[in-house]
Amino acid sequence: MSRNGPVALVYHALFVVFMLAPIVVVCWVAFTPEGFLSFPTGHWSLRWFKALAFYPEFVSAFWRSLFLGALSSALAVAVSVPAALAIARYRFPGREAFTALFMSPLMIPNIVLGIAFLRFFTQIGLGGTFTGLVLSHIVIVLPFALRLTLASAVGLDRAIEHAAVSLGASEWTVLKRVTLPLIVPGVASGWALAFINSFDEVTMTVFIAAPGTETLPVRMFLYIQDNIDPLVTSVSACVIAVAVAALIALDRAYGLERLLVGRGSHGR
Amino acid sequence: MKTTPYLLSLPALLLFAGVVVIPLAMTVILTFHDWGQYKGIEPVFILKNWREVFGDPYYGEMFGRTFRIALIVTVLTALFGAPEAYILNRMKSPWRGIFLLVILGPLLISVVARTLGWALLFGGNSGLVNKTLMSLGLISGPLPFMFTETGMVVALVHVLMPYMVLSVWAALQRLDPQVENAAVALGAGSLTVLRRIVLPQAMPGILSGAVIVFALAASAFATPAIIGGRRLKVASTLVYDEFLNTLNWPLGAVVAVLLLAALAFIVIGANRLVERRYAQVFG
Repeated sequence: MSRNGPVALVYHALFVVFMLAPIVVVCWVAFTPEGFLSFPTGHWSLRWFKALAFYPEFVSAFWRSLFLGALSSALAVAVSVPAALAIARYRFPGREAFTALFMSPLMIPNIVLGIAFLRFFTQIGLGGTFTGLVLSHIVIVLPFALRLTLASAVGLDRAIEHAAVSLGASEWTVLKRVTLPLIVPGVASGWALAFINSFDEVTMTVFIAAPGTETLPVRMFLYIQDNIDPLVTSVSACVIAVAVAALIALDRAYGLERLLVGRGSHGR
Repeated sequence: MKTTPYLLSLPALLLFAGVVVIPLAMTVILTFHDWGQYKGIEPVFILKNWREVFGDPYYGEMFGRTFRIALIVTVLTALFGAPEAYILNRMKSPWRGIFLLVILGPLLISVVARTLGWALLFGGNSGLVNKTLMSLGLISGPLPFMFTETGMVVALVHVLMPYMVLSVWAALQRLDPQVENAAVALGAGSLTVLRRIVLPQAMPGILSGAVIVFALAASAFATPAIIGGRRLKVASTLVYDEFLNTLNWPLGAVVAVLLLAALAFIVIGANRLVERRYAQVFG
């Protein structure tokens, strides 16, 4: 394979600058010592990170987002695993339709899901509750959990299960001791991808979160609508730090490429 | 054993029937309800909201803006993302892994934080983008970015770029480098190789990336809301306003259902086209 020429490398450099510029700028401004938005040069300060302590709504929204993401992803995985096993190993009428239905939240704009949930939860008395948030988040992250769980269930070598059966294992033992342990990597990366999508979701959540159940992205969005000041840049810098940490951990654990593309990479 | 797959899918099925199908059906019904400033939502069956959206040119203009922005964003991500995916594909380890991480990584960062970055970069007439462009002599006076379609397009291109790079990258994985080498050995110039070998193979990736980017751009919310402010409306920010400010839910529901229908129509149509066009190649 031929190498990239100088033109390609210059293009690549500009591209990377474009992709990183807004992220770097947020982190840069977060360290300003001034009381207004400015790019600090030479004089840095943690003033706006310390100020976060006086805005408990950001701190509580952060913990809520973390908990909501972990819980709804876990529940989405719990629902996905049996569905993935059904889709992966049985041919039954309605199989295609089920798959399409479970993947449908990817096709439906989150704004439409947002108003649908708002109307629905208000009608049944779950409006603005944490239960409503969890239910809606399970639904929107389920496609991510299902896709990766399905990929590992399809790739499973059935011969291992057959061996277990021929050695006298019951169906339940096979499931518990053979099948589930084998799909754990797919399930774990499905959970991780679901968690990230729940943690970052704003469009749908902005409709169903009430004061007291706001998630961090929703709190940030509502804050930015009113005014952009250094405080929200320091919150964003923390969010970016969490994302970078997650990114590195995910890449070490599964390979980001595999996680995002959804299959093993050939070229490496 | 015939019931086993149904039993296994039952939890997911119940969840989706209860929390997806019913709410969506309720939203469609909502579009026919009446609404008044003082009486609120009245559960009747009328076409008033549909007539209003189709009759008032304001909505036509707003939908036009939404799909125009989505189309421009799609073209720009394809134009700039596809070459980058190709360059990435030609890189050697470990650079390839590192830059793939740098370019796809922003997907994991909240879209609110990324858009905030653009709001800071645009920041009025003295923003960093304008200063840079002016010092390079590319523009003579500052361009308005905040509260304009230009600003929305730039920020959306950034937000959605990883999807395009990812999609083209996945298509290029199937490209056998030996085919390129064979073309060179047979006397093809590098432009011919790009045009006749690489581009046709990357095309399915570009097209499927374009479908994803278009759908996400047309329904994007946080970025148009932050960059466009309260003045420059697209479909999703209008829905937000109707639901949470004006409180005219039935009217907002009409706009949302129309957005969903238009997107479903475009996405399904485009997918059919792509599949038919490339059925022979990747059967």
